Amino acid sequence: MEVHPLALSFQVALVATALSLVVGLPLAWLLARRALPGRDLITVLVLLPMVLPPTVLGYYLLLLIGRGGPVGQAAETLGLGRIVFTPTAAVIAAFVASVPFLVRAAQSGFERVDPAFEEAARTLGRGELSIWFTITIPLAWRGILAGVALTFARAIGEFGATVMVAGSIPGRTRTGSVAIYDAVQAGRMSEANLLAVLLTLTAAGTLYLLTRVGRAPGW
Amino acid sequence: MVSTRPGRLLVRLQTRRGAFALDVAFETPGGVTALFGPSGAGKSLTLRHLAGLERGAQGRIELAGRTLFAGDRDIDLPPRERGVGMVFQEYALFPHMSVAANVGYGLQALARTERRGRVVDLLERVGLAGYGARRPESLSGGERQRVALARALAPEPGLLLLDEPFGALDFRVRRGLRRELRALHEATGVPMVLVTHSLAEVRELSDHLVLLDRGRVVGTGATEALLAEPPNEVAAELLGAEDL
Repeated sequence: MEVHPLALSFQVALVATALSLVVGLPLAWLLARRALPGRDLITVLVLLPMVLPPTVLGYYLLLLIGRGGPVGQAAETLGLGRIVFTPTAAVIAAFVASVPFLVRAAQSGFERVDPAFEEAARTLGRGELSIWFTITIPLAWRGILAGVALTFARAIGEFGATVMVAGSIPGRTRTGSVAIYDAVQAGRMSEANLLAVLLTLTAAGTLYLLTRVGRAPGW
Repeated sequence: MVSTRPGRLLVRLQTRRGAFALDVAFETPGGVTALFGPSGAGKSLTLRHLAGLERGAQGRIELAGRTLFAGDRDIDLPPRERGVGMVFQEYALFPHMSVAANVGYGLQALARTERRGRVVDLLERVGLAGYGARRPESLSGGERQRVALARALAPEPGLLLLDEPFGALDFRVRRGLRRELRALHEATGVPMVLVTHSLAEVRELSDHLVLLDRGRVVGTGATEALLAEPPNEVAAELLGAEDL
């Protein structure tokens, strides 16, 4: 049985959100706390996918991870195979399109943490990594969670860049939003209808869960 | 709990913050040392250097014969290796943790049951037995200050820094807390350096006094002697004003 487009959307969005956390959280913290050289340039680069048309984003990604692109060629040389038109490409598209939302929200969360808390923790003998996990992250929690919600919502709805780099292979890269487009194109309106409703419910349900969790930790 | 330790502190620091130049040198044999001076004299900056929270200075800091900082030898111990505790101006209690978790934060090297016992002891010592499960936000200013004290004393620091520890408090509770702080010092023997603009605090709390004005030391010595005989006009003027 092939993977349902909605299940695929969910999986892709989940992995893309996890990747965004791993990459975006440290970046957001650096932007909030450290005097980074070229900080404005980094900010522009990180936020650019928010304002670019998704097809333009997809086009650039295609140049990068396509069979002729530097990343695409490197992957094939390393024996990892082709990236375009695979679920990996869908994840990459969703990640690039959604990571700016995490960075922005988490950065403002970090900026609201009074540095005196981290300094107090330093004078109490803790190392930086331990302070990050016990003080900085919990105090920036609301911002981070808002970022996760937005990132997931953006990732699960990704369409333009996904179509460009991952296409619409049933069971492999045809995500919910792509499947809706295909169904409408083919005149299968009841299928499009059902998918649209289900996608809406999934997104709304996830957001609801995240806001519920948001009230809990430590506060 | 803590035996009396030799707390000789030697400080020589030169640094700049924009237009402000800090150039201080003093020595204290331990006990309670007050850094007294008007706003902008460099008291808090000096304290932050002692804690290791500021970089980019020249000079030397030694505590009980141990070098914490030596600009010419590239020694600059990070705060966690200095064994220097600090009570911050607004206390900086971790708002997402209970009182007990705050006090135990610097004790993560201890086993859980041992840590719990220490936290109970410390809270009792500062008069907050039974407050462990409370949240910082539910405490009065004076209670917050005591939690901050207990937290800073928990890892048994070789020096305790206090940045205007009574500044955030109502004047009515200050006097009682001054006595308690002095008693805590007698009981633990931990040398203390305290930043203040209040002469009442200087008189009631300190053994040694360092007078700061515009980034420089204008007088230093035993508190009583310095109060009785200021060494120069600037010092006399500082000590003539009641509170700065």
